[in-house]
Amino acid sequence: MNDEILDWGIRELQRRLESAEVSAVEVLEAYQEQIAIQEPEVDAFLSLDLEAARRRASYQDERRARGERLGRLAGVPVVLKDNLCTINFPTTAASKILDGWVPPYNATVVDRLDEEDAIVLGKTNLDEFAMGSSTENSAFKITRNPHDLDRVPGGSSGGSAAAVASRMALAGLGSDTGGSIRQPAALTGIVGLKPTYGRVSRYGLLAFASSLDQIGPLAASVEDTALVAECIMGHDPRDATSLQEAPPQLLGSLSQGVQGIRIGVVTNLIEAANPEVQAGVEAAIQALARAGAIVEEVALKELAYGLAAYYVVAPAEASSNLARYDGVRYGLREPGVTVEEMMIATRTKGFGPEVKRRIMLGTYALSAGYYDAFYVTAQRVRTFVREAFARAYVSFDLLIAPTSPTTAFRIGERSNDPVEMYRSDVCTIPSNLSGDPAISVPAGVDADGLPIGVQLLGPALSEQVLFRAAFVIEEGLH
Amino acid sequence: MTYRIDQADVAHIAKLARLSLSDDEIDSYQNSLSRILEVIDVMNSEDLSGFAPMDHPLETVNLLREDLVVPGLDRAEVLEAAPSAEDNYFRVPRILGSS
Amino acid sequence: MSSRTIAGPARGWEYVIGLEVHTELRTATKLFCGCPNAFGEEPNTSICPVCLGLPGSLPVMNAQAVDFAIRVGLALNATIQRSQFHRKNYFYPDMPKDFQISQYDVPINANGHLELPSGAVIGIERAHLEEDTGKLVHRGGGGRIESAEYSLIDYNRSGVPLLEIVSAPDIRDPEEAKEYVAELRSILVAVGASDGRMEEGSLRVDANVSVRPVGETQMRTRVEIKNLNSLRSLTRALEFEGRRQVQLYEDGEAMLQQTRFWDEARAVTGALRLKEEANDYRYFPEPDLPPVAPDPLVIEARRSELPEFLSTRRAQLADVLPELSRDLRETVITDECWPYLRAALDANITPHRAVARCANELVALLDEIGALSPSRFVEVLALEDEGKLGASQVKVLLREACLDPLAIPELVAKLGFTASDADAVKAMVAEVVASCTQEWSRYLAGDEKVAGFLLGQVMRRYGRQISGSDARQALTRLAEEARAESS
Ligand SMILES: [Zn+2]
Repeated sequence: MNDEILDWGIRELQRRLESAEVSAVEVLEAYQEQIAIQEPEVDAFLSLDLEAARRRASYQDERRARGERLGRLAGVPVVLKDNLCTINFPTTAASKILDGWVPPYNATVVDRLDEEDAIVLGKTNLDEFAMGSSTENSAFKITRNPHDLDRVPGGSSGGSAAAVASRMALAGLGSDTGGSIRQPAALTGIVGLKPTYGRVSRYGLLAFASSLDQIGPLAASVEDTALVAECIMGHDPRDATSLQEAPPQLLGSLSQGVQGIRIGVVTNLIEAANPEVQAGVEAAIQALARAGAIVEEVALKELAYGLAAYYVVAPAEASSNLARYDGVRYGLREPGVTVEEMMIATRTKGFGPEVKRRIMLGTYALSAGYYDAFYVTAQRVRTFVREAFARAYVSFDLLIAPTSPTTAFRIGERSNDPVEMYRSDVCTIPSNLSGDPAISVPAGVDADGLPIGVQLLGPALSEQVLFRAAFVIEEGLH
Repeated sequence: MTYRIDQADVAHIAKLARLSLSDDEIDSYQNSLSRILEVIDVMNSEDLSGFAPMDHPLETVNLLREDLVVPGLDRAEVLEAAPSAEDNYFRVPRILGSS
Repeated sequence: MSSRTIAGPARGWEYVIGLEVHTELRTATKLFCGCPNAFGEEPNTSICPVCLGLPGSLPVMNAQAVDFAIRVGLALNATIQRSQFHRKNYFYPDMPKDFQISQYDVPINANGHLELPSGAVIGIERAHLEEDTGKLVHRGGGGRIESAEYSLIDYNRSGVPLLEIVSAPDIRDPEEAKEYVAELRSILVAVGASDGRMEEGSLRVDANVSVRPVGETQMRTRVEIKNLNSLRSLTRALEFEGRRQVQLYEDGEAMLQQTRFWDEARAVTGALRLKEEANDYRYFPEPDLPPVAPDPLVIEARRSELPEFLSTRRAQLADVLPELSRDLRETVITDECWPYLRAALDANITPHRAVARCANELVALLDEIGALSPSRFVEVLALEDEGKLGASQVKVLLREACLDPLAIPELVAKLGFTASDADAVKAMVAEVVASCTQEWSRYLAGDEKVAGFLLGQVMRRYGRQISGSDARQALTRLAEEARAESS
């Protein structure tokens, strides 16, 4: 029975709950058992409260018995990246500087999941302050890829991706600043969406780079991802950069197919990937073509400049966003005779080496004499990239590319070489710079059985078409 | 134009960022930051003068809120989470002077 | 231009002063969150994730603060423009995010000016929105920052909206600086943007001061004096600092560009002993806040709603009474006085008389103004203009018009002033002197001493109806007529 429960997607689970074939508590117990088996190997969680989850499940069963109508995520076990503020769990961003800090408020997305009756199991591991592509930069633990425990799950949302991929949760939330949802989704063989900038409120997301950050869902199937996306999107008056547009209806149009949809194959991003990844992408392209999409090649050499611009804009914003961790109001404080000495001691002890590197890089890029050469030039690159996309979207409805140039790499393989690590994000970064949506969908496995991810990119607010195409790939490659 | 970052630069930006680095760390950051700057330097291989700087993905303006009071946080709860508090204030070491 | 003489810091030297006035805007809530914008509350009771800079919180701009900024900008004749917020990055414990959200290269208001009562026009470079910091309280060492053992922080003020109004370096002496701040304050209060309470810190002044030999046109090294929180501190600090700088130049010593504070008790400015770290604020556009682009229609609407400013009243007075003294003018253009004066001028009351009655009688009655409306005031002054009432009767009548809402003609009757036009008074005096022929002849012959006797007789008989001064006027006129007839 338990294994069967883990196989159900969200809608299947809802049907079984509604028909009283299973209770929310039974569902939770199935996941609890799976966590007991998987978590010691995978190490996805930074905090976990199954007792609270059980109470919530039991209360939902009571409400259902009373005939109450429950939310769209009733009984669904979900996990949250530990950079989303939660009243009921500590929120650390995997940093010693916030060890044990419990926010006095919930992120807007957490409230939205709550309103839909999702059952939050716990908070998942990440690269410290979401800075990384392997989750190895966590101050607390290394999370492993469930497909090969010697390999990374990708990052920075590696904990949420590993938890969903090892079936410890049905869905997870992550954040994507340069690929941090899509790349781990690709490396763990699940689906991950970076919505259009502004679709999902950032209120309560510990900021990394505010003009790039976007929260999004990760789940095993395109349908589950779409459902969670629908639940968390929509305007939030507490985020001045949140879009006024009504959230898109994704589930209803999922199976409308791609007949006549024009899809551009981004050749220069495909060339950047290894041959096995290229083959996976090719399989996905074939699936789309079989379903009636019009597929053509397009080279967007401008996207190659994205990596450079990203490593100016993201650290610059981060250097300012992370200034507040100074030991005065919350989190870690190290002793110091003066307030300045205290701040220096606290930040030196509290931040890990990669965070310090990016803070310094950003500080440098913004400092007097360098601002124009670095920051302003990077902003020009954003326009350059955005205009390249805009030109492409005259001819195409969507673009297709690899999510990551490689499949999951070994733990430790790139951790001593920041530049090599940064290159992991070359295919995902352009969408963050332009603010457009993109989704990663599984596209088979390589010779070692490691998942390959294919990425669909679309213009702003094109989530509906993205999901239709993602669904075609998922169906076509089964 | 290629930017070289030297040890004095690293020490200076660490100071601006309120970080303290050992000599070994300065050395190691100088090394990695220099390599990253080489990657960044790719931007300069293209003439971008015709592209206006893009501050932000959104082009909306005037996202304002009404001037209405919203309940805030409980002081006791906030100060409980503070590293040091006294008499309903946050407490910090002295501002001026040195050890 | 006025013929004001410039009071330099020393003979042959002049000041170059620019002022930065930070005014707390009188909104209900803070600039970026819904916490009350209140003064004097218990520490840390007006706080939320946003103004405490908690991780994950985001700012959302207060529409009312933008509206106040527009009104002030219009009042200062500034250009209202699309503006962008920037982050000013530096570490300080009273600033919860360790950066301040402010406006940098594109402030909401730019290029305005303010005309002072003296006639001087001071340029306004910009007036931009920014957030206030929390408040530090120093413990131990006498509560002073230099000697404190530790410090405490109250974040109630953190995020309170400020409008920073930056003048051009057009101010040439401490008195003018004071005049500028006073004039600016009256404008801020008039548009409703500020309560103008300097003692509560809702108006705080930083001064950039340098001196130079008269005739030199370049600016010399300037010193910034922080937190001048009363007009008195402002002028005293500027006077001290001017003398200090001239002394340094005359002694051939180096002038350092530095930040100083005003020590009220010792009446000196002192260098702030802050770490001399080059200020590298690393400004960049605030990614959490979209630009503010005021709608031209809204700007025009606000323009039409602007209250009348003192400068407008001065201009109107200058049209009718170009020679009016500054003291008299400033007395009658106050918000309390002006409606009466304006009504009187509109009713074609003799301007001199209108100003005199406002400055002398009305000002004294303001605290008990009661039933004396501008229109009733004008009615009374019209009777005087027409010669139906004498000056002292007018005085009595105005006071009575405050206390008693009866119509003016009825009040005149009630006071027994019915017969009291100038001719009637003359008739009364003539009647009395006719019965005192001997004294009258001596008076006509030039014996001023008998005037007292004659007036005493008049007042004994008609004292309830006429005033002594009117009687004296009538007596003088009667005597002049009699002498003219006999010559
Ligand atoms: Zn607040």
